[in-house]
Formats: sequence, structure tokens, C-alpha cells
Amino acid sequence: MAEMIKVGMADLKLCISPNSITTLGLGSCVGVAIRDTGNKVGGLAHVMLPDSKEIKNNTNIAKFADTGVEELVRQMEKAGARRNMMVAKIAGGAQMFAFQNDSPLVKVGDRNVMAVKKKLAELKIPIKAQDTGLNYGRTVEFYPETGDFIIKAVGKPPKTI
Amino acid sequence: MSELDLNNVDNMYYDVLKEVGNIGAGNAATALATMLQTKVDMKVPRVELVDFSEMGEALGGEEQIMAGIYLQIEGDLKGSIMFLLEEKSAHELVAHLMGQGERTFEEGEPFDEMEQSALKEIGNIITGSYLNSLSLLTNLKITESVPSLAIDMAEALLSVPAIEFGMLGDKMLLIQTSFSEDTDLNGYFILVPDLPSYTKLLKALGVMQ
Repeated sequence: MAEMIKVGMADLKLCISPNSITTLGLGSCVGVAIRDTGNKVGGLAHVMLPDSKEIKNNTNIAKFADTGVEELVRQMEKAGARRNMMVAKIAGGAQMFAFQNDSPLVKVGDRNVMAVKKKLAELKIPIKAQDTGLNYGRTVEFYPETGDFIIKAVGKPPKTI
Repeated sequence: MSELDLNNVDNMYYDVLKEVGNIGAGNAATALATMLQTKVDMKVPRVELVDFSEMGEALGGEEQIMAGIYLQIEGDLKGSIMFLLEEKSAHELVAHLMGQGERTFEEGEPFDEMEQSALKEIGNIITGSYLNSLSLLTNLKITESVPSLAIDMAEALLSVPAIEFGMLGDKMLLIQTSFSEDTDLNGYFILVPDLPSYTKLLKALGVMQ
């Protein structure tokens, strides 16, 4: 029986077909789903902040876009995935509230998305699809077998990208 | 100790934060009672440092729809405060406030513009009285920004304060309060002082030298 693996906030996990993997309620965080299109080894990271180097207390590498994506790819390679066969899909990075002024949270969603894209480009992993930004939360499900990335949001029909 | 690590908060800090939560929530209940012109009871709040990965569950499920009212804090303390209400409680409160009487609500039923501003006002009053008691207790000047409202999955709303806490550690301080008037209302406060403010707060409360 195929099971659905759950990834929490500031967390990452591997997922090998026929299993699927999910993370619930992405707000300003970004969900990064990667798979090897050949052997269907996949994984999902739920990153919260763009840059581990900006923060002193950075022991949880899954929390940051830079170190989180890197660690996910490392674990996938250890499980047999090949870098040149990897493709990614990303979702999240919303701005949940309207902030004024100079809050460090202004555009943190955008900055998370940009940081994820930068790291994926550095690792030469192409982004096949994305559903990012705007102002609502998203639950995602990823199927490494087909690459389907299902996005669910409150009051909206689910969509597959 | 010059710097505070939220992952190593000892019992004494914890008790103080809990007490602040208690007094603040008590005042918030009084404000709510005045607003609704009814008696409001409050249970002793639960104060917890929760791991990010367990937060959604602590609020009754990551995908539970909630109303989140978010305000930035200025003055001697800087940071933010968020008040979260379960969707059903939010509908009931608004209906009561607007004199709609009792009616049933469907899951996912949207709030119209009028109801949204009522919710913002509720959040404003509740967080305001909470911050007010904190200010009296500490002698620190605290002002708040205009409220911003979002109705969405708990985990998505929580990502905002979590990101602020994420700059400090891997846990978040959650104050859960249950109010009851005719029915039970479940509300949660999340207070996020920035790191210098945390130290200031604990010093003002005499817990830290």
C-alpha cells in the first residue's frame, strides 16, 4: 500500500514512489518538491526563511531555503537520485497579512521564493512549475511517480501543476 | 546571561511568561465581556513553548480554518502579536456583536466586509487589553499598529509569527485561552517580541538582571 508521508514546518523528508508526500498550510513558507524523473526518488522540503547566513541560531538546516534545498538534494542523492535527472516544483511564499512599514516580514514570502530559485539554479535543477505569492495558504501533495503537485487552498478548487 | 535562547528557557522565565499570559488574557476577557455586554468566563490559559512541527496540531489541526488578527508592536517593546480564533467561534462572536442572534454556520462560510471589520475590531480590543496589562506590569510603553486580518488554514497563519520566532530558535510561545459566554470560544495569543525586547521584558519583570 502506498502511503502519504507528512512534512512539518521547517522540515524535509524523502519520498520514493509509489508513496506520496504532503505538507499542510504553507503560508509565507515555501514547499520545494524535487524528483528524479527516471527512478522516481523524490522529496519535499518546507522552508521558512531565505538565508541561513543571516541568522545566528541556525542549527535546523531544514528551516532555510539555502541549506534546506541543499540537504534535500544530498539525501535524495544518497537514496539513488541523480542530479541531472532532477526537476523541481515549488509552491507557497504568500504574504498572509497586509503589513505596513519596515517589518522584517514584509515580502518574506517573496524572498523565500527567490532564495529557493537561486539555490535550485545553483544546483542546476530546473523548475517545472510553480504556484507562489498572493495572499492565501496552500496545502500541497507531491507524487514522485508522475510528478503531479496538487495545490489545495481554502475556498478554491484543488489544482494540479 | 546577556542573550536569551528560547530553546533554553528555564522554569522561572516560563512561569513569568505564563503569569503575563494569565493577567493579559484576564483583561482581554473583561474587555470582551464589556463589548458583548455579557458575562465572560475564562479558563486558566495554557502557555507552551511549541516546536514548529507541532504547532498546527496544538491549534486543533494544521488545516483548521481560523481567523487571525495580526498587529505590530511599537514603543519600548518591538515585535508583533497575533490573536487567533477558530472559524466557528469567530462567526459566533461576530453574530453576537452585530446582534444577529443565534444561527448556524457552514464550514468555510465567508465573512463579508462588515463582519471582517468587526473581527478586526474584536482583535484590536482583545490584543489591546492584553498589551495594556503587559505595559502596566512592566512599566514599558507599548503601542500597536492597526490590525490586519486573514482567514485561512491555521498553519498558514502561524507561519507568520513562526518566521519571526524562526529567527531566534525552533520553538514558539503559544498562549491558549478559552473564553466562554454562552458557548465556548477558543482563542490563542501569540506574542512575538524581538530578541532585544525579550530581554527588556524579562528585565522589567525582574526575572533577569
